[in-house]
Amino acid sequence: MSGLSIDNLSMRFDLPNGTSVQALKDVSLKLAEGELMSVLGPSGCGKTTLLNIVAGFLAPTEGQITLNGHLVKGPDAERGMVFQQGALFEWMDVRDNVSFGPRMAGKRERDWGQHVDHLLDVVGLRDFKEKAVYELSGGMQQRVALARCLANDPDVILMDEPLGALDALTREKMQGLVLKLWKETGKTIILITHSVEEALLLGERLLVMAPRPGRIHREYRLPFADMGVNADLREVKKHPDFGEKREEILGMIWDMEEEIMGRAEESA
Amino acid sequence: MIVFAIYIAIFVVSFVVVKFVVHKTVTDYTSLKTVTFGDESAVTPNRIASVISVLSIFLLWGAFTGSSYVPGFLHAPGPFIGDAAFTYTAEAEGQAPDDATVTVRVFEVGTDVDDPEVAPGEGWAKNDVDTVGAWRSGLIRVDRNDEFGRDEGHTVVAVNGEAIAPGQSVQTEFGRVGMSPKGTLNFEPAKGWQMEPIWLPPPEAVLARLGEIASEGYRDSTLWEHLGYSLFRVIVGFFFGALVGIPLGYAMGLSNWFRGWFDPIVEFMRPVPPLALIPLVIIWAGIGEVGKIILLFLAALWIMAIAARAGVSGVAIAKVHAAYSLGASKFQIMRHVIVPNSLPEIFTGARVAMGVCWGTVVAAELVAAEKGAGMMIMVASKFQLTDIVIMGIILIGVIGFGIDILMRMAEKALVPWKGRV
Ligand SMILES: Nc1ncnc2c1ncn2[C@@H]1O[C@H](COP(=O)(O)OP(=O)(O)OP(=O)(O)O)[C@@H](O)[C@H]1O
Ligand SMILES: [Mg+2]
Repeated sequence: MSGLSIDNLSMRFDLPNGTSVQALKDVSLKLAEGELMSVLGPSGCGKTTLLNIVAGFLAPTEGQITLNGHLVKGPDAERGMVFQQGALFEWMDVRDNVSFGPRMAGKRERDWGQHVDHLLDVVGLRDFKEKAVYELSGGMQQRVALARCLANDPDVILMDEPLGALDALTREKMQGLVLKLWKETGKTIILITHSVEEALLLGERLLVMAPRPGRIHREYRLPFADMGVNADLREVKKHPDFGEKREEILGMIWDMEEEIMGRAEESA
Repeated sequence: MIVFAIYIAIFVVSFVVVKFVVHKTVTDYTSLKTVTFGDESAVTPNRIASVISVLSIFLLWGAFTGSSYVPGFLHAPGPFIGDAAFTYTAEAEGQAPDDATVTVRVFEVGTDVDDPEVAPGEGWAKNDVDTVGAWRSGLIRVDRNDEFGRDEGHTVVAVNGEAIAPGQSVQTEFGRVGMSPKGTLNFEPAKGWQMEPIWLPPPEAVLARLGEIASEGYRDSTLWEHLGYSLFRVIVGFFFGALVGIPLGYAMGLSNWFRGWFDPIVEFMRPVPPLALIPLVIIWAGIGEVGKIILLFLAALWIMAIAARAGVSGVAIAKVHAAYSLGASKFQIMRHVIVPNSLPEIFTGARVAMGVCWGTVVAAELVAAEKGAGMMIMVASKFQLTDIVIMGIILIGVIGFGIDILMRMAEKALVPWKGRV
């Protein structure tokens, strides 16, 4: 019973004005240990909601999550989270941010010091240990966030548009880093993104969600992440299958967005 | 009005001079940046302007009080000092009109003077002498030494050849000569443009007074005691206000019950100016130290509570979520995330609270106190000791400014990330 299992998840938000939003309806999926799944979908289809439920920040109205055989009841160190931005602690330097998890667990520096320094090496921030995080660039801050999450050694890593705030070039480099870390650590990862290319490049599995109510629209198994581990990401993008898949999924999401806009216009 | 016009003139002239003469060679891109209105970082204070601004205030002060610190040619015209003279024409029953001269010695108030020596002159109207202090005026009974007095119908009909009647006046080169309803002449020497020391003493008088009070004290307390008492009250009041206000703000930011319970109280007390509480505090606690400290405590309390509440509610939910999923407990999140995250807000509140407390303590001392900066200037004003009043105001301003600078330095050292997130 290892791995992450999401069963019949539904989430309804009751709004103060008496109406309610069905953010998720009957979402079920299973993730084996070490799988990387990317999630795509038009804005408002419930991606963040899904991730927040898995993280334990929200309780679903129906359904349940099980991780390695036990029920998820709230946030826990076994499920790490990487946010788009703004989740670092400005009052701590880079090293204190990265070692936050072990320190909160009451561990001594001799237990985590080496591991943390190694992670800082891996994400290329060895020389910035003592820097304040607000002095770093956006890309460096996200590398701190990744290292902080890994330092806690979670079973599952949840990422909500982790590279969304970065410029194109930095983003490409960071995609390589995420793939590398995934292969090296063998973590189970769910990664939300708005970029179809990113979803194809990083996702061993790719989940496309549809809105109103939020549900699973289609699922793919993709070879590109494995290719990318050993090759240049730019080469992977040139693969004929890659272009084909990209067009297919872009079209799919485009149609959904059109439908949303159309509906919005009708009701307006 | 003239002072204001001169100040504006200095502003414009120094701007033009600095812009086109001193900085002519400097051309960089920052000058273009000011085009982007709203980019506050593009507008930094011009230090030259600040220096000129402060210097010109002192210059104007000196010039319009005849200060010895300001070279004489910069002085605004002073009041007339010396012997003034004018002639009057008197009539009496059955007599031909006769002229006589009035010589008035105008002296600086506070110095000794003698009447000027003048010969009585020809005719039945005799020459008169008198003394008047600068900026004052004096009634001159010219008929007293004349051969025909008021009983014989003595009336003054002209001054310097200009006709005059009760209620009217004649402008002479030394000042204004008026006539009272009863027909007595009233001489008002020209005042010039300078301020009388009783309204605005020159800087050196204020400085001398500072030296005197610093060494001898005022009203049974030394200057340092007066200022120290004010500062002590502020610090103690602020300390207790923060001690209670910050935890209260945290509780309001974290618990629905606390929020609901204290919201109406805090929201009601916030707009009540602390000054409005002075009478009540005096009734309840008297004019001693306790009353003052209670007042300052109340002034700081709401500000600190609101700042702490804002600091707690302002925490990005992502930070709290991140801490949770890194395994932190509620207490650890409080200690390592919520509290540090609220520090910038608390510092902002502390700066505001310190400013309000300082203003409130001075005001409270104006109302009633035995010691303190406010009491010092209030008592001095009752005795028209304008130099002490001005010295006190300057010291109060300098201390208030110093407090703010210290708070800012503490803020820089303790919450360097403020405004950079
Ligand atoms: N706390 C909440 N209260 C009420 N409605 C919510 C809340 N959180 C999310 N929703 C609604 O649920 C739906 C899904 O939101 P969610 O944030 O999960 O979308 P998303 O797919 O992450 O969108 P995006 O791509 O823009 O981040 C939206 O319609 C949103 O308005
Ligand atoms: Mg989202």
